[in-house]
Amino acid sequence: MTRWGMVIDLDKCSACQACVVACQSENNVAPPNQELHEQGRSIHWIRVLPTFEGTFPHFRMRLFPLPCLHCDNPPCTKVCPVSATYKSEEGIIGQIFSRCIGCRYCTTACPYTVREFNWKKPVWPEEMKPIRNRDVSIRPKGVVEKCTLCTHRLQKGREKARVEGREMIPEDYIPACVEVCPSQAMIFGDLDDPESEVSKLVRSRRAFRLMEDLGTEPKVIYLSEGGGD
Amino acid sequence: MKVSEQDQILLKPVEQTTKRFWITAAILFSIWFIGFLAYLRQFHSGLGVTGLSRPTYWGIYITNFVFFIGISHAGTLISAILRISQAEWRRAITRSAEVITVMVLLFGVGNILIDLGRPDRMLNVIKHPHFTSPLLWDVTSITCYLTASSIYLYLPLIPDIARLRDRGVKWQRFYRILALGWQETPKQKRILERLISIMAVVVIPIAVSVHTVVSYVFSMTIQPMWHSAIFGPYFVVGAIFSGIAALMIAMAIIRKVYRLEEYLKEIHFNYLGILLLVMSLLWFYFTFSEYLTVFYGNEPLEMEIFRSKMSGPYAFYFWMMVGCCFVIPFVILANRKTRTVRGTVIASIAVTIGMWLERFTIVVPSLVNPRLPYVRGIYHPTLVEFAITAGCFAAFILLYMIFTKIFPIVSIWEIEEGRESSLQEVHERVKGYLPGMGGKSE
Repeated sequence: MTRWGMVIDLDKCSACQACVVACQSENNVAPPNQELHEQGRSIHWIRVLPTFEGTFPHFRMRLFPLPCLHCDNPPCTKVCPVSATYKSEEGIIGQIFSRCIGCRYCTTACPYTVREFNWKKPVWPEEMKPIRNRDVSIRPKGVVEKCTLCTHRLQKGREKARVEGREMIPEDYIPACVEVCPSQAMIFGDLDDPESEVSKLVRSRRAFRLMEDLGTEPKVIYLSEGGGD
Repeated sequence: MKVSEQDQILLKPVEQTTKRFWITAAILFSIWFIGFLAYLRQFHSGLGVTGLSRPTYWGIYITNFVFFIGISHAGTLISAILRISQAEWRRAITRSAEVITVMVLLFGVGNILIDLGRPDRMLNVIKHPHFTSPLLWDVTSITCYLTASSIYLYLPLIPDIARLRDRGVKWQRFYRILALGWQETPKQKRILERLISIMAVVVIPIAVSVHTVVSYVFSMTIQPMWHSAIFGPYFVVGAIFSGIAALMIAMAIIRKVYRLEEYLKEIHFNYLGILLLVMSLLWFYFTFSEYLTVFYGNEPLEMEIFRSKMSGPYAFYFWMMVGCCFVIPFVILANRKTRTVRGTVIASIAVTIGMWLERFTIVVPSLVNPRLPYVRGIYHPTLVEFAITAGCFAAFILLYMIFTKIFPIVSIWEIEEGRESSLQEVHERVKGYLPGMGGKSE
């Protein structure tokens, strides 16, 4: 069984935020504006999280690109009263936007705070409307949304492979953030396949998961700095 | 069925409506209307009109929800427990408590619906239920509770509705239908008594389950200071506590407005005051255990929230809650001289405010300080939220007032029954407890 996962190499990541922009346009996330940002309501499915360790002068800042971590033991799916958020067979935490009632229980249950809520109707500048992605639905006000690892690309890739009469290959399904990463800090693939690049990296000594002690078992795994490969 | 001369005063509110009633009703209606307009605005433009934002996804609507569901425990626990334990002094106060339960539950549920981002999809809870969600347990148990407590309110009303029917007051048809052909035959009485005692027993575990499940909404998550096993009993105790307080405020107003000093006597306030004092001590015990264990364990994430309540941005609410829920009621109620009607009402008002603050200091600070350090946001409710909250409170009081205009707020038949038979019965019963008195032993 395929189990999709992602590895983010913090040694390679330059925090350029290309992934943030790519995700924004791939998934029809309305562009943030000053007002929403100040209210803490701008929506990003992936953001670059700064963490600070120690105090000056023994001080270190780390930057984590943070999408939904697609936990294997997700706290969010259990609490949804209408099954609007669910874990698919292949481990992707999906979100049915048209079913969500906006109770925001999943957002309060998620310890990583990666779920976003549409406080208001999303607004696009007129000139950006024609370039929206037709594969992704536009969310109305009042529903929760989140990173889906670009599942629409999975569907597309699967269909493409079927039409061409062959098995799916790793190049058929790559999320937008992984595709654009200029330093190739993000690697995507099947965690259950022992030969895949991700599963090799996951076994590396540098691999760690965010807040592992919570038992949520995220499938987005980081490689800590100092690898120097 | 005739209502005796001395009980005529209980029917007066139903038969006569004063100018003062209309003025109060008009004021309450206007407040409700403002709240309604505020809700329309929120419905139209989304929850963006509230002060909520990432990471504070829940605010005063959820606080109100927990608070209202808590108040609803007035009826069940006071009325059902006192009925089961055959406390004779209950007779004059059961109905006013049961009405609180039914009405306030509507506002508890209402606040959840107000809080939904897509209230138009609320039926998805029935169409696509997901049984691992504590919110669904909530829906189930609150629905049960609303049904059971409505029946429990209605059953003891039947003989009084029949009295109103026989007097030929306005809305004859309405009372005739609701009276279900009650003629006070011994058989009817026997069935009714039986049904009431069954419902009294049924309603208690449901009430306990309701507030336990409400607390599970928080404690099933792994958020710091929510993930706590004490939450179930803590919430139930808090609910009974605020329920008694709300009941005493309602009783004091009814007593004053409808001149029912003969029915709602000092002794009622004294007894309920003692109950409130006990609940206040229990509340203190639970709060103390909850916060001491967090403090002693000294987990960094929990301590951050702990400090925000003790000395940080939420300290004002926290200490005001302690003052309102413990210091004020304890000082007033522990002293027999101040445990008067006025004293108990002051204590009750303090408790009601304090319990609202308790819900607030549970819901908000945990959300403001999530585990990941990068998002923080102080939550300030907006005018829309205040208007909707005020509207809910006004609508509750208005509905309660209207109830007193349609049905007698003190159970007439139970008072009559008390006069006729219970004096004798209590005499016999007490004799039965004592050795060597020759009373019948059971």
